[in-house]
Amino acid sequence: MADGSIGLWTVPLAVLGGAIRVSTPFLFVSLGECITERSGRINLGLEGTLVMGAMSAYGISYLTGSPWLGVLAAGITGALLGALHAGICSLPRVNDIAVGIALMLFGTGLAFYLGKPLIEPTAPRLPAIDFGWWSDIPQVRAALRVNVLFLIGVALAPILYWAFRTTRWGLLIRTAGESSDAARAMGHSVLLIRLRATMVGGFLAGIGGSFLSLFYPGSWNEGLSSGQGITAVALVIFARWDPLLCLWASLAFGGAAALGPALQSVGVTSGYHLFNAAPYILTLAIMIITCSPKRTLTGAPAELSITR
Amino acid sequence: MEFGRISRRHLLQGGAAVTLGAATGIRPVFAAETTIGFIYVGSRDDYGYNQAHAQGAAALKKIPGLKVVEEEKVPETDAVEKTIESMINLDGATLLFPTSFGYYNPHMVKMANKFPKLHFEHCGGLWSDKDPKNAGSYFGYIDEAQYISGIVAGYSSKSGKLGFVAAKPIPQVLRNINAFALGARLANPKATTQVIFTGDWSMPVKEAEATNSLIDQGVDVLTCHVDGPKTMVENAARRGAMVCGYHVNQSPLAPKAYLTGAEWNWEALYPKFVKMIAAGESIPNFYRGGLKEEIVKTSPYGEAVSAEARKHADDVKAKFLSGDGYAIFKGGLVDNKGKTVIAAGTDRGQKDPELEKMDYLVEGVVGATS
Repeated sequence: MADGSIGLWTVPLAVLGGAIRVSTPFLFVSLGECITERSGRINLGLEGTLVMGAMSAYGISYLTGSPWLGVLAAGITGALLGALHAGICSLPRVNDIAVGIALMLFGTGLAFYLGKPLIEPTAPRLPAIDFGWWSDIPQVRAALRVNVLFLIGVALAPILYWAFRTTRWGLLIRTAGESSDAARAMGHSVLLIRLRATMVGGFLAGIGGSFLSLFYPGSWNEGLSSGQGITAVALVIFARWDPLLCLWASLAFGGAAALGPALQSVGVTSGYHLFNAAPYILTLAIMIITCSPKRTLTGAPAELSITR
Repeated sequence: MEFGRISRRHLLQGGAAVTLGAATGIRPVFAAETTIGFIYVGSRDDYGYNQAHAQGAAALKKIPGLKVVEEEKVPETDAVEKTIESMINLDGATLLFPTSFGYYNPHMVKMANKFPKLHFEHCGGLWSDKDPKNAGSYFGYIDEAQYISGIVAGYSSKSGKLGFVAAKPIPQVLRNINAFALGARLANPKATTQVIFTGDWSMPVKEAEATNSLIDQGVDVLTCHVDGPKTMVENAARRGAMVCGYHVNQSPLAPKAYLTGAEWNWEALYPKFVKMIAAGESIPNFYRGGLKEEIVKTSPYGEAVSAEARKHADDVKAKFLSGDGYAIFKGGLVDNKGKTVIAAGTDRGQKDPELEKMDYLVEGVVGATS
């Protein structure tokens, strides 16, 4: 202890810290996608939205000096990309998955193109709240430096859970997702509901991106997302379209991402490729366990093109 | 007719440019305009490996009579062959620099066989007699600069624990880790260097996690060998640790935490290559060099570097620059499993090809290659 090392305690602490640091983008994207999919549409383009959000947040924060304006800009960019997806999908006989893939490529490509001049400059970043003030151990303090966005995300999960169950618009979204005929019979425009749901989903995914570039890892570069948006979309499926399960799944993924480096740092060096792949193995395992050819996934909105 | 107008306008512009060139008396170094192609695996302003090459390419752009074409983010697959062919066929490139490690074999070798009259210069490859004569591989002994960084890091660390965020356990990376660790032991014989492999060249989240884990272990000076050191440098500085840079000078990112760094000096090498070709000389197929040959350099010392560290590092640097050279990997070297990897009495000089096959981590490094 005298040399400032905490030995094997690094691993659980890193997993905890990783769960807090790495999970936020997963959380925002999966909550956003949860809303969109509950309305009966899949937006696979959220990977592109995440990257665009990261780029625009960094750019706006750099230009205006205010990281919060960057977060807002990321959300608006995400909502616009969501509106684009919903707009194209509202045309007849358009496949939402194909549009999603196109928008994923469009979003990342556009972000790389516009983000070229932003790789070098350093933009002001979001502040952290120090929840480790009670501890003398610097490692604990570092792990508990929490960003407000993480707290908002954590609060958002139960709010969404509640809203889906008890509010009017929660019911409307679910109706559009379970039976568009029923929604239409009630006199609501399904396309409008889905447009709004996709825009909100994009808004949240954009904010998830702003966390990547403005807090952790905390700078804009082209490898920043490395597939986190897509992973988060998959996460929604194994969280069974339940916002609370999305929260736990995101935390698990964040922790799993920290496992590989943490184990190496305490000297467990064999098979680090396997530990680095932990999040993906987790996805595959859960997908295999939960899938069945005999029935659709429990909790899946009936209008989704993959379940219909 | 739209087309006719455009081509006529282009013709006029071209004519004007020629007249202007003649009028101002620019005498190009090359008889005809020479086109040089640069291919990067990542973004050319990544504060890292690709930016170092792009700075070299920028130095060539300043030479009259040279045209530089560049393409970024070309994966290490047959995509690079397509890029090379289009640079040759569409842009008329006669000298190509595919700068990433994985481009060499089979991709660049195949292209060099297909276009025997053109020159191919690859960074990092191991040219052998079996490879085409119009291809070459150059590389710098950047471990010399890492050794200097290690010395500085060894003096600057209070805990005696240093950290190394590395991409993959390939010989070039291992050589850097080992040189850094050996340099640190010159300064502090008890110093250890903990290495974490992230698994790939650009993994920002993993690099940030590795940086945090190392600092949690008590590491207070870090360096790295990944494509873009920006993530490591910024995250380490935010946690209050000190850093040694890699590829290019990252001190603008963390002026207080930056000690020194191992940098490429392609701005010096590429114009040298081009002048050799213009003078009709052939570039040696296997081109290597370190601090003395000006292929690598060290960043200026940061303010946190003590006078003692500066003196020791400068002394060793002077030995590298001297005529006799200096061997980092001396006989009697033991790896971190206790096995003797270089027998006592046989010093391996920098040009020793054995060093380019390195597959071990020396004593003092905490970590494993697999």
